[in-house]
Amino acid sequence: MTTALLQIKNLVKQYPSVKAVDGIDINLCSGVCFGLLGPNGAGKTTTVEILEGITDTTSGDILYKGKPVGDQFRKEAGIMFQSTALQDFITVRETLQMFANFYPRHSNLDQLIQRCNLTEYLDQDNRQLSGGQRQRLLLAIALVNDPDILFLDEPTTGLDPQARRNFWDLIDDIKAEGKTIILTTHYMEEAYALCDEIAIMDHGKIIAHGTPKALLEANFNDVILQLPEDELMDMDLSPFSIHKIRGQVEITTSDVNKVITTLIKNNISLAKLLIRSRTLDDLFIELTGKNLRS
Amino acid sequence: MLFNRFLALLSTRNKEFLRDHSSLSWNILMPVLIIAGLAFAFSGDIGEKFKVAIINQDTATIQTKSFLTLKYIDFYQIDHDEKIIQHAIQKIQRHQIDLLLDAEKQQYWVNPESPGGYLVEKILLGSESTHSQQQNFKKQTVEGKQIRYLDWVIPGILSMNMMFSALFGVGFVIVRYRKNGMLKRLKATPITAFEYLSAQVVSRMILIMIVTAFVFYAANFFLDFVMNGSHLNLFLVFALGAFSMISLGLVVAARITSEETAGGLLNLISWPMMFFSGVWFSLEGTVPMMQTISEIFPLTHVTAAARAIMIDGAGLLDIAYHLLVLSLQSIAFLLFGSWYFKWE
Repeated sequence: MTTALLQIKNLVKQYPSVKAVDGIDINLCSGVCFGLLGPNGAGKTTTVEILEGITDTTSGDILYKGKPVGDQFRKEAGIMFQSTALQDFITVRETLQMFANFYPRHSNLDQLIQRCNLTEYLDQDNRQLSGGQRQRLLLAIALVNDPDILFLDEPTTGLDPQARRNFWDLIDDIKAEGKTIILTTHYMEEAYALCDEIAIMDHGKIIAHGTPKALLEANFNDVILQLPEDELMDMDLSPFSIHKIRGQVEITTSDVNKVITTLIKNNISLAKLLIRSRTLDDLFIELTGKNLRS
Repeated sequence: MLFNRFLALLSTRNKEFLRDHSSLSWNILMPVLIIAGLAFAFSGDIGEKFKVAIINQDTATIQTKSFLTLKYIDFYQIDHDEKIIQHAIQKIQRHQIDLLLDAEKQQYWVNPESPGGYLVEKILLGSESTHSQQQNFKKQTVEGKQIRYLDWVIPGILSMNMMFSALFGVGFVIVRYRKNGMLKRLKATPITAFEYLSAQVVSRMILIMIVTAFVFYAANFFLDFVMNGSHLNLFLVFALGAFSMISLGLVVAARITSEETAGGLLNLISWPMMFFSGVWFSLEGTVPMMQTISEIFPLTHVTAAARAIMIDGAGLLDIAYHLLVLSLQSIAFLLFGSWYFKWE
């Protein structure tokens, strides 16, 4: 049985004009990669910053290893903010050494540098790093204290697809070590690929929580068939649940055979037919009525 | 406070400053350029009027009255107070006044090494000879090397440079780091606010002292300005002054999140200090209220203490008042700045 590493009980953050976090409860076990998803303004950044100890809570409890968060948590947590400035005129090596000196326990720097693929840039000024190199340095800083719990706040935002895939490989490596990860992201495929558990937030509350697969199964028992709109011009689509988007018609159904049979009967070409399962994107829109980037 | 955390912050901040060549150059070049400019401006004969201080002008004798009517001599009356008279005599020693005359007692003080004093004395005695029935003036000689304006202004310029470096080098940098999220990142580590601020203070103090020492010795090599006191005492005054003004910078930077606001506030503090702390001109002749207000500026006390050491050869006891005020201000600024400080 896994141990609850982080327990969040009835967490509330009230700002003068808005309740950013409204009574959240989460139990996070060791070794889990937990994804916190939500549209902008949902309260996920506030929640994560409260967990990181950056923002004070209005009420509620956060227990780390059974005790209120404090010095031990700060020593054992690794944090990668979405946008962190690094000191100018300081090299990658010096930055890592400075952060390593802040902690009583730290990772082997040579191994960390190799793992985050920073060897070539060690003597480079922080200002001269590319987006991908910078994100890898920020991840290395987050790992410098060999953390038991790692917070990654939109770690791949702004990276090109290749850099993003490389970053996912790094996170997979970290997961393999049994570290607990809390990840916030706007990319659903990222959450699906990396997270063991996800929670979707909206208006300061968690509106869905579970494994990605379980959430999809609980909310959807259908698939989507997609065809170009002009292929279906002469067909009566009224028996189906359809959605038109950018010249494509999406037919949502739990009976694929029935739809395909109907299409064939109507002499519709299936050459351009696409069938896809429901995704986290669909789940999010279903639950919140918003696009993740809105 | 954990020493290795403090040292890590200190070392990184020092490297950052030393590698920022434009900032470093400006810190060194600004005082050098001001001093060089002043040395050039005051290198020639500027044709000033003769200056004569008068005691007991109201009860002046006839021949003295005749002397007091002469043109192109700047006469100004001082009170018949022992302290004031001693201060005027000190100015004669430094060639800042050409002659001091007691109009009632027919007594004058002059520095025989001062060309201005020599000429004014001749004029005074010439006016006396036209009233031969009167008794002679009694002459008191005072000795002392000339204090140029350059000698007088250098302690202030060194202090002023220190002030700009302290206020902008700490205050502005902290606000910049708060704005770009660096402080937020540090907050997420075991670093305490006290460790962070201490590292900033010590780093800036080390750099200010090195830069000030460099400027001091370089300027002295070229300009040979007066240094009558102890170098160690001067070092202590500058160190305490730097500490006080860095602490003031911490107060400014405690919560501000905008560089524009910080810049405006720092200018609001530094410019009045620069003009009303006795850096460029003596506050003696100014209205009493200005003299009182100037007492609240750390720069006033650093400049006065440094000037007393460099020109008068004052010891620590002589400048105890300034040291006490600077110490109290440092403690007050530091405590308030640390208490008021927010990472974000």
